[in-house]
Amino acid sequence: MTAVWVYAEITPEGPSSSALELLTKARTIGDEVAAVALGPGATAAAPALGEHGAARVYASDEEVYADTLGRPATHTLHALIREHSPDLVLFSTSYDARDVAGRLQAMLGSTLMSNATEVAGAGSAQMQIFGGNRVVDVALEGPAPRLVLVRPKSFAPEPNGGTAEVVPVDTPVPDELTTVRRIERHEETGAGPRLEDAKVVIAGGRGLQDPSNFKLLDDLAAAIGGAAVGASRAVVDAGWVPYSYQVGQTGKTVKPEVYIAVGISGATQHVVGMKGAKRIIAINKDGDAPIFRLADLGVVGDALAVLPKVIEEIRARRS
Amino acid sequence: MHVVVLVKYVPEPQGTPTLGEDFLLVREGVDGSLDPGDEFAVEAALRLVEAHGGEVTLVSMGPEVATGALRKGFSMGAGGGVLVTDPALRGADALATARVLAAAVGRSPFDLVLAGVESTDGSTGTLPMTVAELLGVPSATFARKVDVEDGALRVERQTEAGYDVVTSPLPALVTVTGSAAEPRYPTLKGIMAAKSKPLEQLSLADLGLSEADVAPTQRVTSVSEAPEKAAGVVIQAGDDAAAKIAELLAEAKAI
Repeated sequence: MTAVWVYAEITPEGPSSSALELLTKARTIGDEVAAVALGPGATAAAPALGEHGAARVYASDEEVYADTLGRPATHTLHALIREHSPDLVLFSTSYDARDVAGRLQAMLGSTLMSNATEVAGAGSAQMQIFGGNRVVDVALEGPAPRLVLVRPKSFAPEPNGGTAEVVPVDTPVPDELTTVRRIERHEETGAGPRLEDAKVVIAGGRGLQDPSNFKLLDDLAAAIGGAAVGASRAVVDAGWVPYSYQVGQTGKTVKPEVYIAVGISGATQHVVGMKGAKRIIAINKDGDAPIFRLADLGVVGDALAVLPKVIEEIRARRS
Repeated sequence: MHVVVLVKYVPEPQGTPTLGEDFLLVREGVDGSLDPGDEFAVEAALRLVEAHGGEVTLVSMGPEVATGALRKGFSMGAGGGVLVTDPALRGADALATARVLAAAVGRSPFDLVLAGVESTDGSTGTLPMTVAELLGVPSATFARKVDVEDGALRVERQTEAGYDVVTSPLPALVTVTGSAAEPRYPTLKGIMAAKSKPLEQLSLADLGLSEADVAPTQRVTSVSEAPEKAAGVVIQAGDDAAAKIAELLAEAKAI
């Protein structure tokens, strides 16, 4: 008997897509699959979690899990683990789940694997290293449960028509664990579709030379229609575009039909966030840039000269 | 205030990493440096201390050669540091590393612990939180801005959609991103001064830890080549590049 749990993050729109991805995987490796959902919207998300494989959903709608960072969720998840002893707990590699998994490891003394791209069971998982050039099999040892952080979009979510029993969670959260407060939330997303959902993603890097040249990417996105604009970490850190644009290891993971990398060299940190794209187009001045090794179509040249011609060409085809 | 920065010596990020026969990253005979991600944390710490007074201490775990990373931080302005080095720590995983770093940090009182978001070589991204839990302090990750106001912490934390403003009492632990503070270049004076700053080397036993506390709980059992992607076409700009791009988009039914 293998009991597999998924730490299911909840967004204002419902369960996160990564929660549904992880449940789809969990039901192929676990005899018992449960989800833990903490925060506003948790109970309402239970049917979708059940449809994707959770037989039980431990749920609490308490605001405390959304208003403070990490500690309350870790406390409650730890209490549930102590009570029910799962063999494996899966998390998505997100900002909030990383916090919970890292703290939980200290409380349990369990192993914690990051950046997994495949999970074979409670004792074995895979990751990719060196920008996806090598696949590494990892044996997970030590006390249960084993904790695994999985890269988003490693599995496609598929409903199996199941229903979940909702188990209300009322674990009290001590006040001293709620001292870190989110006092403001700011959204800085661009117009158009979400990066994670867009059919076409156009991402810019240092090769654009100046923040104002991101306008060319917006124009190309508009010409294509329904494309999203992203960026490399280098230009996000430099403040050219907001962090919500970032694609890569510490940003978003995208798997569009077409990914257009503009002036991006293809550092490992970026590649892990986009190499799952079906088709990759790269435009870069440096013909030796590693991004060309991934590209289905590489264009060696100045993006500032190439992009206006591409926009013109697409507009001409449209009319 | 006393700010502790967790730092790591990593193989030169521009180099080509290789795995040894034991599946561990080859670190011997490889040029290394202070993790570029940690430089942002050192810089953020120095700015806090410049504004509020106090001192910056670096804490690291690694082989003897890792003293190079600490000296780099000293040359930027950190006042001193601790390196935990022990043969039993070769191949240590994140839990073992967190136990060691928490024990080393916990030896003296601190107001704030800063770290990078994740290391450039391992990219595990959870270690600082494990350290925070072992130290029993609150934490905020992914800070693009760190301030201390009236003895409390105020950070701007990056999120999927933008950023949150987060407050916390001290002591606390914060991880910082590359937006937090552009690292300064060490001055010649700083480089000279770095040579005489106190650098304490500790073993596991010095921290009251045993080999059992740091036994790895993860083992690489095999490494294989990822399936090779079919080679694409690379053309020069001007050779109908615009038309070729449009064709590929049309093939994908994107236009």
